[in-house]
Amino acid sequence: MTEDQAEVSTSAAAPLVVLKGVNKHYGALHVLQDIDLQIAQGEVVVLIGPSGSGKSTLCRTINRLESVDSGTITIDGRPLPAEGKELAGLRAEVGMVFQSFNLFAHKTVLENVVIGQVKVRKIARPQAEKTARELLERVGVGAQADKYPAQLSGGQQQRVAIARALAMKPKVMLFDEPTSALDPEMVNEVLEVMRQLAADGMTMVVVTHEMGFARSAANRVLFMADGKIVEENTPDAFFTAPRSERAKDFLSKILHH
Amino acid sequence: MGFLFEDDNFALFRDGFLQTIELSALSALLALLLGTLLAAFRVSPVPVLRAFGTTWVTLFRNTPLTLLFFAVEFGLPALDVHFSHLTFAVLALGGYTASFVCEVLRSGINTVPLGQAEAARSLGMTFGQTLTLVVLPQAARTVLGPMSSVFIALPRNSAIAGAFSVGELYSAQQTFSERGYSIFSIFFWVACAYLVISATVAALFRFLETRLAVAR
Repeated sequence: MTEDQAEVSTSAAAPLVVLKGVNKHYGALHVLQDIDLQIAQGEVVVLIGPSGSGKSTLCRTINRLESVDSGTITIDGRPLPAEGKELAGLRAEVGMVFQSFNLFAHKTVLENVVIGQVKVRKIARPQAEKTARELLERVGVGAQADKYPAQLSGGQQQRVAIARALAMKPKVMLFDEPTSALDPEMVNEVLEVMRQLAADGMTMVVVTHEMGFARSAANRVLFMADGKIVEENTPDAFFTAPRSERAKDFLSKILHH
Repeated sequence: MGFLFEDDNFALFRDGFLQTIELSALSALLALLLGTLLAAFRVSPVPVLRAFGTTWVTLFRNTPLTLLFFAVEFGLPALDVHFSHLTFAVLALGGYTASFVCEVLRSGINTVPLGQAEAARSLGMTFGQTLTLVVLPQAARTVLGPMSSVFIALPRNSAIAGAFSVGELYSAQQTFSERGYSIFSIFFWVACAYLVISATVAALFRFLETRLAVAR
């Protein structure tokens, strides 16, 4: 994994993920308005903003779980194809972690991490299981490999979900509010895994309300409101001196509890 | 009641019983395969396939089975398609039951949380893989109850084939009636035979329910 990244980062002058003029409507609601965004190899971008601001939608457009009405999205130089085999192939390169974990309920933890490798990447089962066990060990749930998802705590399930995404050796990882459904005491175990991932050089897009994580792990913070990227800055600059009124208002509401 | 063991009556009854089982089993197989395919069509992203699935269900579920038998037995030969009476019966009964299987499965598919399919797709699985590896196995568990009703109804529906030259239980009953045996004794034995089949199907589904129950 780390070798792969070292190899890529030397050749990657071009940004890994590029969104140009992306628009999306839900009926009359204009959820994404002319979004332009470039994400470099190895960069950790945190999306924050009030609910309904379009941050989750933006995250989900990057692997086309949400289609867009106009604009282009390219990943590693390849534009996102329409539905079909080609899109499936590209999705395998983009890891996704959901708020509600979405582990396959009828499969064991190990099988959850194996299935994508075997069925999509066509890796031989023994090799896939070896990789899966290493990844489960790395996110600290190695002992749970033979259990079913429902037998695990939320924090454990989310770490399995991260392992499942990593097993595909993705070029970029998307996190859609990965800790929002967790009990408070489990939030840190998941954030710790994500921090480690960021430190290892993974390119990450993270939608979160965890300002501590944004401060400590992000290279860049994007503040979204009403379907637009209102402000983007380094975490330090954003949290100490937000420029827009919208961001000031948002931060004043969440930072004083 | 004793007539069953006179003359060659038992052989006729046994042949009818076995024919009912054969007809039911073949129709069930066809219904299961075709019904699953139709359900896949109905949830697929391709509009033509969805329309095909919807049309099939509307047509076959809403047509009386006897009419379907007429259509197959007389319609297909008119189009120069010739099979045995048993094959025709399997086509009619299987096609009819498939529409019910499709709808039961589709309701099961709709109970699987959307996030399961999204997770599968985001791993790079195709539509077919998402359906067969993630959605259908979970849907199957929730539909075992209603599915057992469909497959218990099937052997009883197969009685209609008796009126279309298939030598199954119902036609055995006709022969016995013509031979003048008491109608009550005839129906007693025929009902027993159907009961055995239905109870076996029900037991099979109960076994599947305990077998597929998973900690989740």
